Amino acid sequence: MSITGAARRSLRLPALPTRAVIGLAVLVALLLVSAAAPLLAPFGEAEIVSNESFGFPAVVGPLGTDHLGRDLLSRLLYGGRSTLLLALATTAIAFVVGVGAGLGAAMAGGVIDEVVSRFFDALLSFPSIVLALLMIGALGTSMPVLIGTVALVEACRVFRMARALAIDISALDFVAAARARGEGTWWLAAREVLPNALGPLSVEFGLRFTYAILFLSALSFIGLGVQPPTADWGVMVRENAKGLLYGSPAALVPAACITLVTLSVNTIVDAFADRDQDLRVPDMPP
Amino acid sequence: MKPLLEVERLVVEAGGAAPGRILDGIDLRIAPGEVVAAIGASGSGKSTLGLALAGYARPGTRIASGRIRFDEHDVLALPARELRLLRGRDIAFVPQSAAAAFNPALTIGAQVVEAAVLRGEASRAEGSRLAHRLFVGFGLPDPQSIGRRYPHQVSGGQLQRAAAAMAFAGNPKLIVFDEPTTSLDVTTQVGVLAAFRERIRSCKTAALYISHDIAVAAELADRIVVLEHGRIVDQGGARELVSRHGARRRDRALTRVLPDAEPLLAVDRLTVGYGRSAAPVLAEVSFDIRHGETVGVIGESGSGKSTLARALIGLLQSRNGAIAFAGQPLPALVRHRSLRTRKALQIAFQSADVALNPRQRAGDILGRPLTMFRGLRGAERDREVSRLLALFELPADVAMRFPSQLSGGQKQRINLARALAGEPDLVICDEVTSALDGDLRLSVIDLLRRLRDERALSLLFITHDLSCAAELADRIVVLHRGRVVETGPTAELLDRPVHPHTAELVRSVPRPEAGWLDRALAQRPATKPVAPVL
Amino acid sequence: MAGDLNALPMMLVRRLGSGALTLLFVASAIFLATELLPGDAATAILGQDATAEGLAALRERLGLDRAPHVRYFEWLWHLLSGDLGISYGTKSPVAALVADRLWNTLRLAAFAATLSLPAAFLLGVSSAMRAGTAFDRGLSAIALTIISVPEFFVGLGLVFVFAVHAGMFPALAIVRPGQDAAAFLRATFLPALTLALAIAPHVIRMTRSNVMRGLAGPFVEMAVLKGIPRRTIVWRHVLPNVVGPLINVAALVLAYFIAGVVVVETVFAFPGIGRLMVDAVATKDAPLVQACALVLSSIYVGVNTLADIAATIANPRLRNSR
Repeated sequence: MSITGAARRSLRLPALPTRAVIGLAVLVALLLVSAAAPLLAPFGEAEIVSNESFGFPAVVGPLGTDHLGRDLLSRLLYGGRSTLLLALATTAIAFVVGVGAGLGAAMAGGVIDEVVSRFFDALLSFPSIVLALLMIGALGTSMPVLIGTVALVEACRVFRMARALAIDISALDFVAAARARGEGTWWLAAREVLPNALGPLSVEFGLRFTYAILFLSALSFIGLGVQPPTADWGVMVRENAKGLLYGSPAALVPAACITLVTLSVNTIVDAFADRDQDLRVPDMPP
Repeated sequence: MKPLLEVERLVVEAGGAAPGRILDGIDLRIAPGEVVAAIGASGSGKSTLGLALAGYARPGTRIASGRIRFDEHDVLALPARELRLLRGRDIAFVPQSAAAAFNPALTIGAQVVEAAVLRGEASRAEGSRLAHRLFVGFGLPDPQSIGRRYPHQVSGGQLQRAAAAMAFAGNPKLIVFDEPTTSLDVTTQVGVLAAFRERIRSCKTAALYISHDIAVAAELADRIVVLEHGRIVDQGGARELVSRHGARRRDRALTRVLPDAEPLLAVDRLTVGYGRSAAPVLAEVSFDIRHGETVGVIGESGSGKSTLARALIGLLQSRNGAIAFAGQPLPALVRHRSLRTRKALQIAFQSADVALNPRQRAGDILGRPLTMFRGLRGAERDREVSRLLALFELPADVAMRFPSQLSGGQKQRINLARALAGEPDLVICDEVTSALDGDLRLSVIDLLRRLRDERALSLLFITHDLSCAAELADRIVVLHRGRVVETGPTAELLDRPVHPHTAELVRSVPRPEAGWLDRALAQRPATKPVAPVL
Repeated sequence: MAGDLNALPMMLVRRLGSGALTLLFVASAIFLATELLPGDAATAILGQDATAEGLAALRERLGLDRAPHVRYFEWLWHLLSGDLGISYGTKSPVAALVADRLWNTLRLAAFAATLSLPAAFLLGVSSAMRAGTAFDRGLSAIALTIISVPEFFVGLGLVFVFAVHAGMFPALAIVRPGQDAAAFLRATFLPALTLALAIAPHVIRMTRSNVMRGLAGPFVEMAVLKGIPRRTIVWRHVLPNVVGPLINVAALVLAYFIAGVVVVETVFAFPGIGRLMVDAVATKDAPLVQACALVLSSIYVGVNTLADIAATIANPRLRNSR
């Protein structure tokens, strides 16, 4: 079999520790269930099914009703779809922009690097939530604005990380050897630098995804994210918070779901990060 | 006399990525006041042995079995507190890299006497007096004030002396020297070795001197043990072993007669610097390389030799001067050079660990220049890759492997093979043997010599190791602080050096002949600080 | 060591200058953003039933018809003299309102910091010293879990348990001027605890990671071989080397804190600047939004600049240069 004809395995996957596998399983399950919300949900997203608010336990659906008498389980499923899709979309956009700009700036160097870095540094001088609130305040609470805002905030951080990574990798001798052959910037970026950056970047993607979920649900919780009646986990917590005072845990269920997703991603990411670091601490007698 | 140290059947194992035995049943005895040298190539386990004497194993390794008796104590059975006291008070270490051993956040003086003060052997005030005495004993300049400086404020040689002073601070019974002069220039090494020798003799400490260079060890040790793959394969008196093992010195390359023609590479007053106003790293460097010739460029740290390599290959903009290649002016930067020029002028870097892309298979690493410079693709390219691997004495399945799956020697060969894949006329070898030692280094030099002869290749062999260059080069260029101080045919330069720096370099190279250190010391200019005898 | 005395003031001046420029940029960006708010000040003040003439007159009086760059410099000038405008909602000076709320938030922050920072730092160092043990792994798992929990969940959870069921603390943080310390602490305990829990795991993880990196450093092995006890190695050798990164940890903590404060103040209806900004955005109260954004951003930029300077001073190589 010719070498060039052989199938290229991009990343050899190492064996994962148990907890990461569990995390992965939970995550995949949640993603699948949420994606299939229209098929699985017993009732419509905003369908009012009962007169009783905060009916618990099972009045109509298995999780009871929310503050308006809608089925909590259905809202939860649709909410998951909304939350996870939004988070995925924003992270993906943030990555395309951040990595593209970061790699580009690092490889181009000189004036381009200066200008682009200053641009992102400027945005980074705002605390993320302040920037988001400013943009939402100026542009409204529509979906595109929400996605754009969170994506921009994340992109700044991804840019910084990708750029630092690219600069570190570019300093290694194999990149110098490629340059000495006369390879163009495109080759250097795509074939020499990027393959070596994929590992840390994947870890970063996972982390950014969790931040996106938390950020988006926080914005929804304070009323400036996804707007009702759209189901979204953050919105649901906000809507049902009053119920807590009456002893109804309805608000805690969507919050727990958010935690479950974030925790599973964090567990997976942590497993990789541990391996990457491989820090050697010597044995120190006390 | 009862031995100070007795090691019996010591086994140290490594876990993790490459499990195995680093030390496989070592027996060793050291008498009080005796200096024993442990010689071996990298991977022989000599450093591990030194550390194990104090009951220490690096993370990822462990002392599996055996017994170590030090002066009535069973080291491996000592409780934590006793072990800590043993370390520093009875057994002290002089590290391989002083720069790594000193904490940049604390002063030199504080660290040198730290352990003694902590053990209560000296008060703070006594501590600084002790430090002062030690600094004087090791010939350090400004002994009064050097203790207040931070590690990065002194030179490498001075820091190494300070590290030795730190080991002597507690008046230990045994000192382990872990290749302490490996990271120093040969000229610095001479002075530091002399200081060590003098101090060991006057304090009458026992010592284990670890090195890969038997010629260095022979000047300090009474007895030598040779380690290979974790076992002692030979031992005996120093002189005896030097004559047995030292004769690895090779004959110098016979200077070849080359036709007088237009030089392949002509460097004319090249000046390179970083930043506009800073002093240039290379100043007015001029030399030639003729077709088929091997020119060795020798320089110590700070001589600018790496900068020269990068400037010639087009990765740095020169400030002044011109380079001509094959009769045509050579553009300073690689992106302005034609494909033909880039094909003809190639470079191989020092450390194969970072010179190979970890995400590319060896076959692809070699294949790229084949495609780029010789237009080979597909099956044709694969065939050529296989041929290259065979030429470099590598098994064919190496092509499918990633660099992490190759040994150090294999990686360096791929590194070289990549440089030669495009069939260049001139290859710049930037310290390609410096990271290797022992047999590995010799085999790479042999390989280069063979390839050079078979293909009439021109080489620019950059190194700090004069003996290495001597084996390959027809002519030698000596760089000192960015300037060429001497050039000439190898034999002539080595036998009758003209410039004082060249002379010092030639003198300072360790030789497996008794007394080279004393001769090197005797001929040093009077202005250099010599370790005073106390 | 005379060399470093010259470099330090220059570096200080440069960093402070850079910080000031950043502040200027931030302020300008805020001005730009709020200029984009739909509907202008006149409409907001006069309301829905305003007549066209009334709007025009008010616009002229407020100076809204003047050129943008003129308005910009006027706005900057007002800013520097402490005039932050009049709120559309309450029709009262913004500066006073913001100052009052800011004071509350700062007190809350101090409370939360006291609860979390010292403990988290010590836990992080202990964890690093005992890397790999059950203690370390357990603590890491707990920290990871808490990080994954959104702050509103923590807050609401605490409310559910301690306020609704146990009745020990109030669900809503009632803060009044002239309140005594005990009453303040009781009212703000739950929100402060929520914030503390939001920040603590980050501090633990970052401290642990930095100390471990320090422990993997080359001079640590030498210290072990000299027989230096573990505690001395960590506190005397490693920590001075990681002070720089740890200061940056502090700056990061501030970022997490600002993000958290907005949510926590909403959960507990705490009268702080975070909730003020949210309300201002919801009611499109431009001067208020501007002021809140400015205050929060300025604190952020200020602290980061100081942290940057402190980290440079703390770096042994930079401080003690030739």
